[in-house]
Amino acid sequence: MTGRADTRGAVSVTPSRVAFAAILAKDLRSELRTLQSLPAMALFAVTTFVVFRFGLDRTSLSGSLASGVLWATLLFAAVLGINRLFVAEREEGGFDAIRLAPIDRSVLFAAKAAALLVYLLALEAIAVPIFALFFLDSAAGLGPLLAVLLLADLGLAATGTLISSMAVNSRARDLLVPLVLLPLVVPLMIAATGATEPLLAAGGPAYDRFGTWLAVLGLYDLIFGLVGYAVFDFLLED
Amino acid sequence: MSEAALRLAGLRRDYGERTALDGVGLELAAGESLVVLGPNGAGKTTLLRILATLLRPSGGEAVVLGCSLPDAAWKLRGRIGYLGHEPLLYRDLSGRENLRFHARLHGIDDEPAERRIAALLAATGMERRADERVAELSAGMRQRLAICRCVLHEPALLLLDEPDSNLDAAGRELARGLIGPGGGRTRVVVTHDPDRHLPEADQVLRLGIGEVAAVS
Repeated sequence: MTGRADTRGAVSVTPSRVAFAAILAKDLRSELRTLQSLPAMALFAVTTFVVFRFGLDRTSLSGSLASGVLWATLLFAAVLGINRLFVAEREEGGFDAIRLAPIDRSVLFAAKAAALLVYLLALEAIAVPIFALFFLDSAAGLGPLLAVLLLADLGLAATGTLISSMAVNSRARDLLVPLVLLPLVVPLMIAATGATEPLLAAGGPAYDRFGTWLAVLGLYDLIFGLVGYAVFDFLLED
Repeated sequence: MSEAALRLAGLRRDYGERTALDGVGLELAAGESLVVLGPNGAGKTTLLRILATLLRPSGGEAVVLGCSLPDAAWKLRGRIGYLGHEPLLYRDLSGRENLRFHARLHGIDDEPAERRIAALLAATGMERRADERVAELSAGMRQRLAICRCVLHEPALLLLDEPDSNLDAAGRELARGLIGPGGGRTRVVVTHDPDRHLPEADQVLRLGIGEVAAVS
């Protein structure tokens, strides 16, 4: 038996791993069934690559330009998913249901961030190969790029979840998320593009300051992960 | 007199400049039913949401199942069954999936949860429609599922806001078995249908707009 409160008044809290798995599974099941976020994110990314390809009139990109095109596209595609992250909780009473359950409310933050991380990884599984096909002469830098993607995604998931939970109660949600989120992720994007640039260099991947940028990404993830986990409970108060 | 399940004194809730609820005081013993009456805007739903720990009181005292609000609200969660205006069900999941989700949030293991869900679906006549998406169900069927959700974790206190909403006569009778008086359940029922609910009330709280609440 996992923990639950009984009618005699004993205080019992549902284990966080149980609540986390329940919320994450619910979100992924809903997304698989409705396809409300991921297809829009992927379509946005692919369309943006097409625009860049014809707009820049280049069949090959490298270095800082390749890095900038990739991260600008992934960031704005991510905003589409972040906008919708808490819509079901707001419109279908999920916030109340979770506030009524004997769980640590920060679990909702962790589960939503994990769901967003899954969306971002799925987006990149589609978008990065298309980016490579459109713009890269060599796929040699894609292996180490996975580490950059994962660390940047963790930071985006933490920050995006926090901002989305704050914006969801506003009628101007679609405006508020980019307005608040984008300035907050500037350090993350600087580190992600800085780490990606040498990997996509014209002569093949290089590793100048690669470790430093990864450390910056890791530090950003840690800070925003801890901030989100610490303040999320207060954001759910009336 | 058994231990008080509910003890309120001078309870108040403000929304900015406006006072939605003022001067509510009463004591309700465990197993008793309180019926709350009043016109629209009198603060009935606000009272219920305070008792459910979904709103913080602005003043006064509220002790629910021995827990003082809002400080000990965390001890109370999981012991309350709340049936509000919204069914608190995800539209893209089926009724059964919704109930499994709520069972997990309340820490009920899968096997007993499945047994309990099956029994509740049978009790509300929802077995045959339980695997359809909630979005495809009528308002009455959603209300039946919401009642299942409300009592799934066998709460000690039921907070029911217009529990008969959208239910037909058969639905109301089925619901009565789950959320009606008896079985040791303490209940607070907000209603606009006093004829139906007053006969089962141990106490009645009348809320008026801009008036101090009266208990009888």
